Amino acid sequence: MTERAPGQPSGYIRDHGVHPPLDSPGYRSTALRHPKRDLVLLPHMLTEVTAPLLGEDRVGESDNDLTRQHADEPLGQRIIVHGRVRDSDGRPVTHTLVEIWQANAAGRYRHVADNWPAPLDPNFTGVGRTMTDAQGRYRFVTIQPGAYPWRNHDNAWRPAHIHFSLFGRAFTQRLVTQMYFPGDPLFFQDPIWNSIPDPGARERLVARYDHDATEPEWALAYEWDIVLRGREATPFESEVDDE
Amino acid sequence: MRYETTPSQTVGPYLRIGLEWPDGPFAAAEGTPGGFWIRGTVRDGAGEPVTDALVETWQAAPDGRFDHPDDPRGAVSRPGFRGLGRCPTDASGEYRIHTVKPGPVPGPDGPQAPHIDVSVFARGMLHRVVTRIYFPEEEAANAADPVLSAIPADRRPTVVASRDGADYRFDIRLQGRDETVFFDI
Repeated sequence: MTERAPGQPSGYIRDHGVHPPLDSPGYRSTALRHPKRDLVLLPHMLTEVTAPLLGEDRVGESDNDLTRQHADEPLGQRIIVHGRVRDSDGRPVTHTLVEIWQANAAGRYRHVADNWPAPLDPNFTGVGRTMTDAQGRYRFVTIQPGAYPWRNHDNAWRPAHIHFSLFGRAFTQRLVTQMYFPGDPLFFQDPIWNSIPDPGARERLVARYDHDATEPEWALAYEWDIVLRGREATPFESEVDDE
Repeated sequence: MRYETTPSQTVGPYLRIGLEWPDGPFAAAEGTPGGFWIRGTVRDGAGEPVTDALVETWQAAPDGRFDHPDDPRGAVSRPGFRGLGRCPTDASGEYRIHTVKPGPVPGPDGPQAPHIDVSVFARGMLHRVVTRIYFPEEEAANAADPVLSAIPADRRPTVVASRDGADYRFDIRLQGRDETVFFDI
């Protein structure tokens, strides 16, 4: 429980400068899908500082291991992807749903509209879900996704990536993003990666190879931390992060 | 210690495999007393339906409260009411959310009009856009609402749903003529 008067919650820090502009001509699909009128300022009130606090019921037994959702294992390099979810004040975002989806090792998604000539893998759906723990940590087991071609520009290829979706604890914290892999040679020509204005901010989407987290004779590992927006002012709180 | 936030990226064209839930459209369970559908079409700047978008909604319960510790009145859980709706658009660009009418939520100077917060994600959108759904029968509350009042009068209709029998329609225009009002949050 906070000690704020009703209707006077503390808001969340606006971090617009970090995110790509909706109008990013290098990514052609943005042309007809970005608002042209000015945005209207929305003060953060109760609807904006709350969010669905979803529970373990959203997560099935093998949802955090994308290599164990079928009769056999998918082809590809088995990897562990783990990290922490924090807010910009460094507070762990605990017990929050993390959803991922990705292409298979050949760069093909199990989606009706993805029909480029790379094989589907009968043992790979490419969808995962997990909850962060009491320290804000998450962990998935999956396979290294492949790069895939698209028609945005001549000989366009997306760097290998995993899509991440998070709710956090407030509507303002909602984030959908992509995790990339270190040293990918395809960054230079990717308008989605390059749409992020600050080169330093782009690097925050790149996972770190984590040899300490590998499992010998079983899986390589990558560490990737996620930071959601923090509070504008720390309200007087007697609650603990963990309910 | 300050941490820099993680930038947004698009959901891309294949969001349905990761973000579609069988029960996603049900912010309120089927059969909930007072339940109704909100349906709408998402369109782009050429007026074409956007067939690969995701619409997400978040709202208070009918008594205006949230199942969340930051609600100063205390968190209250209600069976059958999740408050979150999530629906990808179909081949005609339409989404649908089954819900109940939210109650008034406290604002800075008294209650806000009943409203639903909406996020739209899509291929071709590097970050979500955010809007609100208001209800057409709430004329007095809408007239006094601080958020609606901050919107130029000629654009307010873009964030007010229309009646559709027992249900509502709320179309979303990402760009162009009758562009929906989107918020800086």
